[in-house]
Amino acid sequence: MSKGDFGFSGKPVTEITIEAIRRGDITLDDVRIHPETLEMQAKVAEANGNPQLAANFRRAAELTSLPDSVVLGYYDALRPGRSTADQLTAIATELASQGASKNAELFLQAADVYARRGLTAK
Amino acid sequence: MTPNEPIGRFRFMNEQRVNLDGFATPAPELGLVAFDGPNDPKPSIKISDGRVVELDGKPESDFDAIDEFIARHGLDLNLAPEAMAIDSLEFARMLVNPNDSRKDIVRLAAGMTPAKLAEVLSRLTAAELVIAMTKMRARRTPSNQAHVTNRSDDPLLLAADAATAAAFGFRELETTVPVAGDAPSNAVAVSIGAAVGAAGVLVQCSVEEAAELALGMRGLVSYAETVSLYGTEQIFIDGDDTPWSKAFLTSAYASRGIKMRVTSGGGSEALMGGAEQCSMFYLEARCVALARAIGSQGVQNGGIDAASVAGAVPGGVRSMMAENVMVMLRNLEACTGNDALMSESDVRRTSRTHPIFIGGSDFINSGFGSIQRYDNMFGPSQWNAEDIDDFLAMQRDWGVDGGLRTADETEVARLRKRATDAVTAVYSHLGLGDFSQTWADQAVDAAGSKDVTAGDLMLPLNAARTIMDTNVTMLDVISALAENGFDLEAERCLNMLKARVVGDYLQTSAIFDEEMNVLSLVTDPNEYSGPGTGYQPTAKRQAEIDNIRQQKSVEDLRNEQKIFASQNLRVTGSAEISYDPRDVVIGVSPATGREIWMTLSGLSVTDVIGELMAGLEEEGCVGRIVRINDSLDLGMIGLTAARLSGSGISVGLQAKGTALIHRRDLAPLANLELYSVAPTITRELYRMLGINAGRHAKGATPEPVRNPYSDEAIEARYHTKVVSLVAIERNCVSNSSPETLEVI
Repeated sequence: MSKGDFGFSGKPVTEITIEAIRRGDITLDDVRIHPETLEMQAKVAEANGNPQLAANFRRAAELTSLPDSVVLGYYDALRPGRSTADQLTAIATELASQGASKNAELFLQAADVYARRGLTAK
Repeated sequence: MTPNEPIGRFRFMNEQRVNLDGFATPAPELGLVAFDGPNDPKPSIKISDGRVVELDGKPESDFDAIDEFIARHGLDLNLAPEAMAIDSLEFARMLVNPNDSRKDIVRLAAGMTPAKLAEVLSRLTAAELVIAMTKMRARRTPSNQAHVTNRSDDPLLLAADAATAAAFGFRELETTVPVAGDAPSNAVAVSIGAAVGAAGVLVQCSVEEAAELALGMRGLVSYAETVSLYGTEQIFIDGDDTPWSKAFLTSAYASRGIKMRVTSGGGSEALMGGAEQCSMFYLEARCVALARAIGSQGVQNGGIDAASVAGAVPGGVRSMMAENVMVMLRNLEACTGNDALMSESDVRRTSRTHPIFIGGSDFINSGFGSIQRYDNMFGPSQWNAEDIDDFLAMQRDWGVDGGLRTADETEVARLRKRATDAVTAVYSHLGLGDFSQTWADQAVDAAGSKDVTAGDLMLPLNAARTIMDTNVTMLDVISALAENGFDLEAERCLNMLKARVVGDYLQTSAIFDEEMNVLSLVTDPNEYSGPGTGYQPTAKRQAEIDNIRQQKSVEDLRNEQKIFASQNLRVTGSAEISYDPRDVVIGVSPATGREIWMTLSGLSVTDVIGELMAGLEEEGCVGRIVRINDSLDLGMIGLTAARLSGSGISVGLQAKGTALIHRRDLAPLANLELYSVAPTITRELYRMLGINAGRHAKGATPEPVRNPYSDEAIEARYHTKVVSLVAIERNCVSNSSPETLEVI
């Protein structure tokens, strides 16, 4: 099996059929992208002159294992005035512990810049 | 004229629609300037130990959040020294030189700062921007996006209109809501309608950032676009985001396998009062650099919501197109504006779009209002349902692929019915709501929401709440479609979900064709390098562009004439010369009463002849109808008739209605009176022509007749018909001698 042949859950795409959906055998995790597929797409983006798009796919790969609500929560934490620098650093630690080192880096950088530019929670 | 009132010429000019538009004297201190603002920096970069320590004249310690993000993520630092050293004019020339490849240009642009690219693109003229766009866009095949919304978030109408938009060729559909809470219902209705219309149509629902992502996570939409970037830190923060939160959001979409692009556009900072004395174009250069830095695959820009601000200053329309080309230089998908209506004038709005239309972009419009203006909940678009036929005609005129195609009326009727049936079935199946048959019938027929009077305005909100409360996902929608016999639509919706697993449509400029192939920078790269290269429509696609529903062949017109065929013009014998001074011959053309029975004004040939005869009779003359068979030229017909005429005067009449008075001693191309604009000749005028012919015959003074005048494009309306009618006349020409006819 190669890239894109199976969903986040590991279920092969070939098993995702209308019949399977009607039986209730398919969940959203079956039709979500797998981190390995995102890594493969990152390589394609790099080969096509866009390392930033590749970096995005690699950050995304790290986020695949987080539940929707957690992802939405992290997004909110990064919006202006929502978090103190310490809170952002704490999320970075949390992310790093879950193997999401690239996202952790993003949060650490945000903690630093937000403090300097007055974008942290008052 | 009263004192202080302008003279008539200026009163008249002031009344023209273009003068409803606002035009601003440039005010650089307010950011009301397209290029070269007082605070626009000179391009510069300093790199120390692999770290940017100065960007566009600003030292690291002064970096705001936008500078910081671009400096840390957005630039190829290995290439920057080489790229920044290239003379800006030299680089500008590369953009239009077929010998410099797109690949090389985007590689170098990756090392250029925002101010550098702003400087480069400000050097291109309008014509050069067209070439640069042709060459630099990422995807070879151009495409287009539609808005599908209505005033009442009516799910049936949304689905019918989504199916219609897909039938017309749009590959992305964007909906939004007048009532925020309705969003989930709109997303479901438009996704179903899109699936009815065609395979592989992408759907988005533009709402608040987090809400939009949540819809995507449930599979209810297949891409996102309303992720706004701004060019100054203050306005960015006012937009309740930072470059870091946007970067995270971008990754969040990718983590669920959902395509997304960001939105920016010149003039938005000035509109929000925070341009910091910079030009619109420079601030947009920052947005586009940031878009690349955060890892977005594409950008929607070109004024967008502030298009009329950019359009109000000198060079503003050019700057909006230059924004699009800048996106292409950053190797990103360009969704090139032409959405928010920027002028009351049809001429100005066409002028604003046209260079992009002929240059070709990933999406010509980042929202062609496929519905009527009043139903567009983004506000009226630059192009709307009112203009679809115009756009199709423009494609045909220039042989240009603007992404649209002609849709057959019966097919659209079928699709609209199926779309409303599908939504009715799914909403009922999932307990989202029930629609009355009258409502559904009205939605199928409606040209807009004003035509749907039977709707229940509370239904969308209740449906949306149920979708959220009972956690309805696209899997439920697919199941409901399949349970109710909509197998094709279920399959199409499922294929959009599967596409998320594969992820190929996350790449730059990705759309699906109708066989679900991904067309993107990767799979369908634009390799334009001068004439004969780059995108060429396939024969099938060219036929779609060329064959608009309004076109008519000679055969069509021949058949149209057959409807009016009658036996009431009868040949009674060959025509002889008369010596009766009261005799006036009405010479008619070869096809008269054979193949052509209806003139261009809508009067039948026999009606016209009847008026001419009556006019002659009023003057005491006797009309004689003679068909001249050996010429279709009206002058020759008239002259031949005059030579048969006892009075030496004739009326010449072509079957299409053009008429003249001739005299036997004149040259063929001369005449006494000519009624040349056949479509505007009335019964009364033909009567007057008969009267005047009679007066000429008697040597009396004819009435002066003024040719009817119209300011309409009469020639545009009738010239194609004329060509066909003349061809039919030519087929009837023979050596036969003139023959006398009578009306029975």
